[in-house]
Amino acid sequence: MKNLFRLIYRYHVVLLFVLLETLSLSMVVTYNNYQRATFFDSSNFITGTLFEKFSSFFQIFQFKQVNIKMAEENAILRAALQEQLLKSSPGTYRASDSIYLPQIAKDSSIRAVYRFTTARVINNSVNQQHNFITINKGRHDGVKPDMGVIANGQVVGLVTNVSENFSTVISLLNSRWKISAKIKRNDYFGSLSWDGKDYRRVQLNEIPYHVPVQNGDSVVTTGYSSSFPEGLAIGTISDFSIGTGSNFYKIEVLLAADFKNLVIVGLVENKQTYEIKQLESLSKDGN
Amino acid sequence: MVINLLKYALVFVVSVLLQVLIFNNVLIARMISPFFYILFIVLLPFDTPRALLLFLSFSLGLTVDIFTNTPGVHASACLLTGFIRPGVLSLISSRETLESVAAPRVENMGVQWFAGYVTFLVLIHHSFLFFIEAFTFQSFPLTLLRIILSSALSVILIVLSQFIIFRK
Repeated sequence: MKNLFRLIYRYHVVLLFVLLETLSLSMVVTYNNYQRATFFDSSNFITGTLFEKFSSFFQIFQFKQVNIKMAEENAILRAALQEQLLKSSPGTYRASDSIYLPQIAKDSSIRAVYRFTTARVINNSVNQQHNFITINKGRHDGVKPDMGVIANGQVVGLVTNVSENFSTVISLLNSRWKISAKIKRNDYFGSLSWDGKDYRRVQLNEIPYHVPVQNGDSVVTTGYSSSFPEGLAIGTISDFSIGTGSNFYKIEVLLAADFKNLVIVGLVENKQTYEIKQLESLSKDGN
Repeated sequence: MVINLLKYALVFVVSVLLQVLIFNNVLIARMISPFFYILFIVLLPFDTPRALLLFLSFSLGLTVDIFTNTPGVHASACLLTGFIRPGVLSLISSRETLESVAAPRVENMGVQWFAGYVTFLVLIHHSFLFFIEAFTFQSFPLTLLRIILSSALSVILIVLSQFIIFRK
């Protein structure tokens, strides 16, 4: 026994190294985006507050650009609203007044399934293999895990962890996350993921050979996951080739959203998520 | 002693803050990103007990991990750096020098020695970090290029910092 202690004392540095290294490597391996201890997450109070204070100072310089972008988006939305108003009540249309909005909701056969809110990005990165975004809204503001995150109507990421006042978002630039996407022109869908090489390009997989593909085709969301509505822009095809020994294209998609310059993002809440999840779990259990 | 403790606590905090608030946002030519924060491991005194060195390196890495949502990645890389540091020191300096001087600083050891020492540690740290992060040897040449270029930038930043802020 005495000898054992002496041995341990003699090699205590190596033992400590092996112990701590095993601990940290097991953290790397067992790490899962959806079931993480909130302690190891930048949505916690200390890091969240620090990021918020720091970013609110430096984003002052970006707000001019943000305003211009928002004005453009407003113009597009206003045009879409006019069109909708004309369609819903031909002849009786008078002015684009907000009073008409509930009328549209009642008239149209589709009830509003998605609710949109905004949040400010307080931390963001594009230089890692697994990038995350931290935003300044949390449980307190009604943010829930699995809500979609967009910027100017373009897909950015998905909420993963929520604390009282902050949330972390898994970025599209994270090789651990995949999203289903389709080519807008012909509705063929595949899965979209990032290979970790270039922050402006992601890869669209599982599109079979017989599908006609062109450079410049837009790639949009499918609406198969309950987090995003159908038809949100993701990017455009910039390059495609036929992989050797596979039946699928290798398609490079140039991202629409500027991930290096995110300030204000939109949060998408699907009011039917709970119902959809419940239904899907039923068919999973009962198979 | 207490002053020393406060000084190194300050170096710890400043290194982490500079890393997570500024250097984490740096990305040059879509692949070069510096990891400046190992400055803390670089500056620790020569006579730091090895077990303490491991603990401090581990906590440094874990702190950065919490900010970047990468549990374990920086912690394991820093731990390895802290583990190898005494070996690097005895490789590039004689025992007498290490005993007569308190801590690795530019004014004690000269710029050339300091730059060489930093290069060793940065290369160990960055190689481990980038491969752990990629978790695959698939795009080996690209990862290697990232390691070399990012290391060069980190070394330059750490050596420069000695002439700007961390004078003492």
